[in-house]
Amino acid sequence: MAERPEDLNLPNAVITRIIKEALPDGVNISKEARSAISRAASVFVLYATSCANNFAMKGKRKTLNASDVLSAMEEMEFQRFVTPLKEALEAYRREQKGKKEASEQKKKDKDKKTDAEEQDKGRDEDNDEDEERLEEEEQNEEEEVDN
Amino acid sequence: MADAVAGRDKCGEPRLVSLPLSRIRVIMKSSPEVSSINQEALVLTAKATELFVQYLATYSYRHGSGKERKALTYSDLSNTAEESETFQFLADILPKKILASKYLKMLKEKRDEDEEENDSNDGSDGDEAES
Repeated sequence: MAERPEDLNLPNAVITRIIKEALPDGVNISKEARSAISRAASVFVLYATSCANNFAMKGKRKTLNASDVLSAMEEMEFQRFVTPLKEALEAYRREQKGKKEASEQKKKDKDKKTDAEEQDKGRDEDNDEDEERLEEEEQNEEEEVDN
Repeated sequence: MADAVAGRDKCGEPRLVSLPLSRIRVIMKSSPEVSSINQEALVLTAKATELFVQYLATYSYRHGSGKERKALTYSDLSNTAEESETFQFLADILPKKILASKYLKMLKEKRDEDEEENDSNDGSDGDEAES
């Protein structure tokens, strides 16, 4: 898979916002400085990935997971990131749990509704179709990010 | 798109992560030997990158020696890469800048040194024409 050079860069607008929010009000960032930070961020991703991958390989796993990333941060001497990252991970897991429960609840509600409305029709057929569609949606959400 | 920049989602809640996961994933996958990446690892890497950008910016600004403290400049960043152990991995991509005239002078000095060495070697190796 060939990546164009710009694909390995992060969007300028987002990078600029992050920098501005971190610095005191009224401080300017030269275009050169902003571009340099953006490049540095890409290099950071590569470095972190490579480091995290080492931990995954040590654990004989082929898939990078959250703990590999956390271990990588310690290894790279960015221990200061570990606590905020753990908090972000907790928040992310809560969010995912909420989404899953919401979609399961939707499914339950839908089943109830379908039962009530379509007692006369061939409701088995309809339910199967709905179930298939919902399962597919859930599967897409939970799928590992992979090729 | 404006929401992504503003850092808030549809409901006005601050986003967990502002950097686009798809782009982060492309960069991660460009690393050899990486087969697959679990979604949580992707989110954490994106978040870590944001923390990194903040840290690099504020560190460089605080340690900057520019007379103008109203700006963050490239040289603040390259100084950080050179002087801080934590940021040393950036040294190659954030090289210090030198004046072209200075660089040309350095080149000339090196050339002069090499010529002197060759002169002292003459007589032992000789200049042999290659066929």
